[in-house]
Amino acid sequence: MKKIAIIDYGMGNVQSVANALEFLGYTATITDNHDLLKAADAYILPGVGAFAEAMNNLRARHLIPLLHTQVIESGKPILGICLGMQLFLQSSEEMGFHEGLGWIEGKVIAMTPDSTLRVPHVGWNNIVAKEGASLFAGVDQDAHFYFDHSYHVVCEERYISAKCQYGSYGLTAALQYKNVFATQFHPEKSQTKGLKLLRNFLNFVEEYPC
Amino acid sequence: MLKKRLIASLVIKNGIVVQSIGFERYLPIGKPEITVDYLNQWGIDEIIMVDIDATREGRCIDPELVKRVAKRCFVPLSIGGGITSVDQIYTLIHSGADKVSLNTQAFTNPSLIEEGARFFGSQCMVVSIDAKRSPDGSYRAYTHGGKTDTALSPAELAEQAQACGAGEILINSIDRDGHKNGYDIDLIRSLLRTTNLPLIALGGAKDPLSMKALLESCDVSAIAAGNYFHFVEHSATIAKAYLSRYFPDQIRLDSYSDYRDFSFDEMGRIVKKEDNSLRDMLFEFHPKEVI
Repeated sequence: MKKIAIIDYGMGNVQSVANALEFLGYTATITDNHDLLKAADAYILPGVGAFAEAMNNLRARHLIPLLHTQVIESGKPILGICLGMQLFLQSSEEMGFHEGLGWIEGKVIAMTPDSTLRVPHVGWNNIVAKEGASLFAGVDQDAHFYFDHSYHVVCEERYISAKCQYGSYGLTAALQYKNVFATQFHPEKSQTKGLKLLRNFLNFVEEYPC
Repeated sequence: MLKKRLIASLVIKNGIVVQSIGFERYLPIGKPEITVDYLNQWGIDEIIMVDIDATREGRCIDPELVKRVAKRCFVPLSIGGGITSVDQIYTLIHSGADKVSLNTQAFTNPSLIEEGARFFGSQCMVVSIDAKRSPDGSYRAYTHGGKTDTALSPAELAEQAQACGAGEILINSIDRDGHKNGYDIDLIRSLLRTTNLPLIALGGAKDPLSMKALLESCDVSAIAAGNYFHFVEHSATIAKAYLSRYFPDQIRLDSYSDYRDFSFDEMGRIVKKEDNSLRDMLFEFHPKEVI
């Protein structure tokens, strides 16, 4: 069984993610320790919070170069959740302009509320997954996942593995680029469908040569 | 399309879940972790758990309780009760909470909403407002477990909370709490007019019919109920199956067994199936869902 590390940078709902992994039979390490992170085979970057604060926290713990080496150079799989996904992009306009990790070309922009559209986008929404997206194997088309966000990701179509509709917004629900996976929704909080998705990620990690 | 959430509101007193009636009388239900485990399996969309003794006793809800409950909770979990600092929010999130719910502090110390939103994001900050109707017919917001009059209308308090960076508003009616006489539609409408944050309505649900009546008259984001969920087997699934009949695109009904092909009586209860269909069911094999 491969070692999964949940990156603790002071922001995420790390315990919720650990609980879901425990249900699936994994004991994940919740840590920001460089040695423990280097020893892991795959990562989960959860996220609840503000973009700038999250980047500052990653910087303060010197995690940015470490993650770059492990994920981009060594090719270890990573799953970003919610804010964790947004951090993978180049920039965000959440409360100013902030640079992200820049692993995926694109940016994070605000959703604008109007008379019929309430922001944040919070609740269960059905998604449409791209055919063959490994994260969604065995998850029914149109399955519901739990979203909770006010900003959304805009990037090239080739990175997107699932979309969802909110009012006039066609939102990016999930991303995949080589060994980098990400979901805007919270699989750890999306009941059986979410647990299945996490199982798919874990299966990918188990079969992944590294 | 975004669905209407069905939320269970768990009231904690002396460490156990209780049935609350008018913010005055309480009847014991049982262990929080067992309640959460069941509701999670029955396909509830979200759980809000509030320790109603905490503010009065000058302490924060016990993070150990949150840890126990969160182990079996694979839906969003909001936690409330005596939260007064960002450090406490941090501890609760690290114990398995996804959001926190502020009530008294949202009025006495609104900067906590601001600070919380800055560190944890607006989506983490739920402001819960307890409202009571005055003799003149207007609504007033109350704090300290429904004991202290803020002299503000719930709509004004919601506006303040939104300006401070709250992500959701929960409106609870003290008059309707535990009385099973339906949601306070006028109260809920007064908030929908002033805030464009997602609104959760609580207080007065008797059965799925009350929930249907609420959805017919107001564009709320979520329907919350407390007592209804405790006394009916598969309560969450049954309520969803009933509601999805009237609002097919607005309810998430994807639990393993979903009561979709059952009929309901005039009180929203499921009706026993015909004898021949029960006989046919004897020979159906239902494998356990594997994840």
